Amino acid sequence: MVDVAASTKGDLKLSNLTKAFADFKAVDDLSLVIPEGSFFALLGPSGCGKTTTLRMIAGLEEPTSGKIAIGNTDITYAKPYSRPVNTVFQNYALFPHLTIFENVAFGLRRRGIKDVTEAVTKVLALVELGHLAQRKPVQLSGGQQQRIAVARAIVNRPALLLLDEPLGALDLKLRRQMQIELKWIQTEVGLTFVHVTHDQEEAMTMADTIAVMNEGRIEQMGTPVELYESPRTVFVANFLGQSNLVKGTVVGNDGSDLQVSVHGNKISVPASRNFAKDNSEKSVLIGIRPEKISIEHAEPNSLGGGVITDISFVGVSTQFQIQMPWGQELSVFEQNDGGASHLQKGDTVTLSWKPSFTFALDGTSDVDAGTSVNPDEL
Amino acid sequence: MAFVATAAKKSSIVRGIKRPSTPYLLLLPGLAWLAFFFIYPLINLASTSTQTPTDSGEIGSYVQTFRFANYIDAISGARDQFARSIVYALIATLLALAISYPLAYAIAFKSGKWKNLLLVLVVAPFFTSFLLRTIAWKQILGNEGPVVTVLRWLHILSPQTGLTASAFAVVTGMTYNFLPFMTLPLYASLERIDPRTLEAAGDLYANAITTFRKVTFPLSLPGVVAGTLLTFIPAAGDYINATLLGNPKTKMIGNVIESRFFEIVDYPTAAALSFLLMAAILILVMVYVRRAGTDELV
Repeated sequence: MVDVAASTKGDLKLSNLTKAFADFKAVDDLSLVIPEGSFFALLGPSGCGKTTTLRMIAGLEEPTSGKIAIGNTDITYAKPYSRPVNTVFQNYALFPHLTIFENVAFGLRRRGIKDVTEAVTKVLALVELGHLAQRKPVQLSGGQQQRIAVARAIVNRPALLLLDEPLGALDLKLRRQMQIELKWIQTEVGLTFVHVTHDQEEAMTMADTIAVMNEGRIEQMGTPVELYESPRTVFVANFLGQSNLVKGTVVGNDGSDLQVSVHGNKISVPASRNFAKDNSEKSVLIGIRPEKISIEHAEPNSLGGGVITDISFVGVSTQFQIQMPWGQELSVFEQNDGGASHLQKGDTVTLSWKPSFTFALDGTSDVDAGTSVNPDEL
Repeated sequence: MAFVATAAKKSSIVRGIKRPSTPYLLLLPGLAWLAFFFIYPLINLASTSTQTPTDSGEIGSYVQTFRFANYIDAISGARDQFARSIVYALIATLLALAISYPLAYAIAFKSGKWKNLLLVLVVAPFFTSFLLRTIAWKQILGNEGPVVTVLRWLHILSPQTGLTASAFAVVTGMTYNFLPFMTLPLYASLERIDPRTLEAAGDLYANAITTFRKVTFPLSLPGVVAGTLLTFIPAAGDYINATLLGNPKTKMIGNVIESRFFEIVDYPTAAALSFLLMAAILILVMVYVRRAGTDELV
């Protein structure tokens, strides 16, 4: 067999990729380029089409229309076993009847490589499990099985490594540790990783670039910092971290700043951070992240008359729920550096923040998009 | 100190109450059943196998003389039937495996919403009597039946030859009758395979055939072993198929035991043959299970 892994290299290009099931489009006209050697995350709630996208790249699902290419090689309809792509499955899918060594050697042997010992030993050393080579998968812990699943895939040096919720079955502490380890492995081997997850923290920790998916489409793509600091849709603003979104009306625009009236308060937003689709639209949503708001310091943008309804202490910060005069509850996170320790439930406070942290979104969108994600469904 | 003592006492009391061996009590009916209906008859049978006729010469009356030569007499009189039983049972087992594997595979992986219906259909023959089903094969393979008609039309069979009362009919009947015992364990082990391990094999450069050879089949081995045993063991001792579908030259060990017991009333020889059959099957099964190395599997 041709050594597919060695012959195909380059960026992964998805062009107008669509997958329609009987009555709905799981993936809808998706186009994106994933640069060679990057750690890319497809992030979204369950049912957003991220896993279907991954399965189409792996060849486990055939696209309804569109094209998948690695470099200049079209792999849209190639069989899974002839693609330079390997997958780390959600439940690892290790072969229960084979030893760890044979599990890792499986792909190499299928490609007709006779002497696999060196490559297998090397990759087992990379994941620090060389001493378990002769065990069976059931004798390993979840974290160890996970690392073997990664080793079994990367030993083949694929052009592309797909990770399907690889850390979903691990407990929180192990998950954090594996995130760091996976990132390190990716840097070490220099392969392109495409990582599918619903865990925004996981995506932000590991990926260079994140594409946030919703209902079969990409909502926004960018670095973790870009997505977090400058979300362009309500869905992204709510799905990545938390956002306070307040309805307002544009009352002025001097070119560099937008003046917005929010329930009688003047709020200014840098024009470069106005992401409302239609600029002629007067109604906008003003967005501000909870940790950017200060209760104590007076900053240029401010909203007064809020009443503290709830205080929860979470270690590094204290989270306040504040009811505004118009009935909406806003969140504020204050660092536990002593500044806000005297505040109590029922206190009336003024919220203020720097204009540069403010962003403006399309005023017609649903304020709750991306918030009511039921963790049980994920 | 007093508290510690009380606590210790209390825990010993608790243990004392829990001990009254509920598990053993629950085992009792089963053990009693085994003792009465398996161990006792087995000892009885062993004892019968070394008896000799009484001096009076009355039919069916025997005394214990520990004549182990009964075994040699028994086997020398039924060597052909013994060998035939093993060979027929082996062929029927292999045929059943060849038929059942694709069937079980299709039910486990490809049947979708029809899965339960297909499983019911596999078991459905059990609703009719074993005898009736075997007699039905007489009709199916009969000279006026569909199989012979088609084969004669295709000139595979000459107009003079038939299929009934032959070794072919006996093996066919056995294959058919024991098919569910092969299909169900195969289905059970195939159904347990995580389809993602098969996807993983494809992902790791194995095509469909290699995936079957290297992943699906090894993972279904427990089912193969269970199915072949459940087919082979009853098939080797069966005499209904040979009686209804065979001829005098297709008699199996079961037929010999049956006629020794009920026609000739030669209990010792029948008992000795039963023991020999049991021993032969046990040895074959042990070698087979050793070879298949099922303890290595999950």
